[in-house]
Amino acid sequence: MGIDLSIIWAVIIFFAVFMYVLLDGFDLGIGMLFPFTPKKRDRDTMMNTVAPVWDGNETWLVLGGEGLLAAFPVAYAIILPGLYLPLILMLVALVFRGVAFEFRFKAKEHERHLWDKAFIGGSVAASFFQGVSLGAFLDGIAVSGRSYAGGPLDWFAPFPLVAGVGVMIAYTLLGATWLVMKTEGELQARMIQVARPFALLLLGAIAVVSVWTPLRDPAVADRWFSFPNIVFLAPVPILVLLCMVLLLRALAGKDGRLPFRQPFVLALGLIFLGYTGMAISIWPHIVPPSISIWEAASPPASQGFTLVGTLVILPIILMYTGWSYWVFRGKVKADAGYH
Amino acid sequence: MFGFTALDLARIQFAFTMSFHILFPAITIGMASYLAVLELCWLRTGRQVFVDLYHFWLKIFAVTFGMGVVSGIVMAYQIGTNWSYLSEFAGSVMGPLLAYEVLTAFFLEAGFLGVMLFGWNRVGRELHFVATCMVAIGTLISSTWILGANSWMQTPQGYAIEGGRMVPVDWLAIIFNPSFPYRLVHMVIAAYLTTALLVGGSAAWHLLRGRDNPAVRKMMSMAMWMLLIVAPIQAVVGDFHGLNTLKHQPAKLAAMEGHWENRPGHAVPLLLFGIPDMEEERTKYAVGIPYLGSIILTHTLDGQVPALKDFAPEDRPNSLIVFWSFRLMVGLGLLMIALGAWSLFLRRGGRLFGHRLFLRFALWMGPAGLVAILAGWVTTEVGRQPWVVYGVLRTADAVSPHGAASLGLTLLLFVVAYLFVFGAGTAYVLRMIRKGPQHFELARAPEGGPGEERTPMRPLSAADVKNDEDGGAAGGADHHPPRS
Repeated sequence: MGIDLSIIWAVIIFFAVFMYVLLDGFDLGIGMLFPFTPKKRDRDTMMNTVAPVWDGNETWLVLGGEGLLAAFPVAYAIILPGLYLPLILMLVALVFRGVAFEFRFKAKEHERHLWDKAFIGGSVAASFFQGVSLGAFLDGIAVSGRSYAGGPLDWFAPFPLVAGVGVMIAYTLLGATWLVMKTEGELQARMIQVARPFALLLLGAIAVVSVWTPLRDPAVADRWFSFPNIVFLAPVPILVLLCMVLLLRALAGKDGRLPFRQPFVLALGLIFLGYTGMAISIWPHIVPPSISIWEAASPPASQGFTLVGTLVILPIILMYTGWSYWVFRGKVKADAGYH
Repeated sequence: MFGFTALDLARIQFAFTMSFHILFPAITIGMASYLAVLELCWLRTGRQVFVDLYHFWLKIFAVTFGMGVVSGIVMAYQIGTNWSYLSEFAGSVMGPLLAYEVLTAFFLEAGFLGVMLFGWNRVGRELHFVATCMVAIGTLISSTWILGANSWMQTPQGYAIEGGRMVPVDWLAIIFNPSFPYRLVHMVIAAYLTTALLVGGSAAWHLLRGRDNPAVRKMMSMAMWMLLIVAPIQAVVGDFHGLNTLKHQPAKLAAMEGHWENRPGHAVPLLLFGIPDMEEERTKYAVGIPYLGSIILTHTLDGQVPALKDFAPEDRPNSLIVFWSFRLMVGLGLLMIALGAWSLFLRRGGRLFGHRLFLRFALWMGPAGLVAILAGWVTTEVGRQPWVVYGVLRTADAVSPHGAASLGLTLLLFVVAYLFVFGAGTAYVLRMIRKGPQHFELARAPEGGPGEERTPMRPLSAADVKNDEDGGAAGGADHHPPRS
């Protein structure tokens, strides 16, 4: 049996998007937490926890996009026009939010609030439209031949909009638990308070999506509830509940000690479970419900050429990215930075 | 929408977002290398002036880089959202090149940028220098891949068409396509010139206001050496690039020259001025130098060059745009050479920092690199029309199936957002330049920050107060004594 390049590429793109959700998830979450922390000093601290790494975090989104173009050009050429407006709105939101990192510290006192608003608005809109795109993607994309056959507003439907809110909740929880890990004192206490309701909201969102998905799509219902799949998949909801219980307990702290890393790690676990659940539901389609990874694949000469480099370079990227996080490890104070 | 077709709007949108985007990499490619040189000079000599300049330009670099990243993410997705048929048809060839750009360049830049910007007190000096170099190398690797992809679209080879799609046959032929080396060198040099002009223009601004200090002088001097050496090289590279275009994209060259037809036995003049008219098929008010077109392009007295009438009307690029954008680029290039030459002349007798007319010229030339780069890209991109993959896929066939309403709405969104965001960014950059290089406290005690200290902090003490000329790397009070 030969190596199935398309399966390997599906896994790599799954991984790239997952890294993006994890990493940019928490820094988008920080933008959505700004309204909960009106003090300038707190906001400076929050920004400084991610300022050295946000650019790398967003690069995973670019890898997801260009990887898709390289390995599955047909999927790229259908999904991107299919999700046209939500994606463009997300990109414009990322423009506002990305520049806020630099501009906020360069702005004069009286104009700083503008970039705070750009950061909040950009983070909210980017998260929401990512969720909408995800929801619309799971909802199915109309295809004829090798191109998108739906209308410009197909994404404006209940499920994608709910998914948009779900992703906002998930990112906010990631951001709050990240800050529990990276800050101290009053700000940390505030984040512990914020994280709790968002954890419960996320549990609610996961429940809604988990019930809605099989109801909407009989194929998914069949996959989830038929034997033996149900045996393999049963641990997923159980693990979700376990993570949630542990997360709430970790946030409460133990013996008067403040929570540190556990809440963030457990929140990552929750995101991983939800994300994997979705991937299992659509496998092996890359444009649900009609196009499989093999139908969308680029020729082996393209997939193979790109794979050689990816397998060598990706571990190196993970190494120096890890090193960069390590350099900036530990708690962050307000006036850190080069500004 | 307003008489524009979906294709027009998609093209305007791409041209608009791309034109904004290219300005930022144009600055950061040159600036990253400049920063690496400054840090190396500091490590070698220990002179405070280099570290002051490093931290001054680092701030400007960071803002520009941030704008480049966010506008670049838009580009990464716009190929799919707006040009889906191109993605599907040519994605198997272009996709891997762009994926390699992300893997080998974007991650490298992003991974080390954090350390470069924020790691001054957290890693050792050598390691910090390595981070700066990695960012600089990242920008060059990025240029290599993106110019590879663009050049391949201009001069495609190494592919076959199977099942209505392009498939790669020979990756080396694809990457090292005929126009790639010229384009890559031309663009990287253009980025270096852009940085030299910005640095020189900033120094000139301060000198004109009487702010004469070692840091400003160093900026001026380094920028002018760069210009003196590199601007003439760029002219030679540009000439080679032109001959390459003559060979591989003859219609583009005919449009650049505003040259409509060859008459047997007649030499081709070099038109200096004229208004190419696509409807009347002639260049009005043409003013040219006889024989020079033949001499430059064919190195003979009566050589014939491609003419627009050799091509069907629907295969001709718009000569009016290309003719003038090309002349704008070349004209600015000649002014750059002049500025460099003048600076050399003024160095004798030390008049470089005080000659007001020269300083004003340098100030006005500050943005010339950016304008020339835009003009150059307009020349090459409009010049390849009506093809998106030259001779293989027409632009009109590459566009996504969106309605004009969707595209008009997103175009409006981009215009409003970009003018606001990048307008503010430009204002911040100018404000920082106006502030000028400040004294950077090397032994600054960190006021709390992420992570523990990795380098022992030197105590701030009076004994360390030295001026620039003594190599006061340890910091001090007065670092910019006026030099008489």
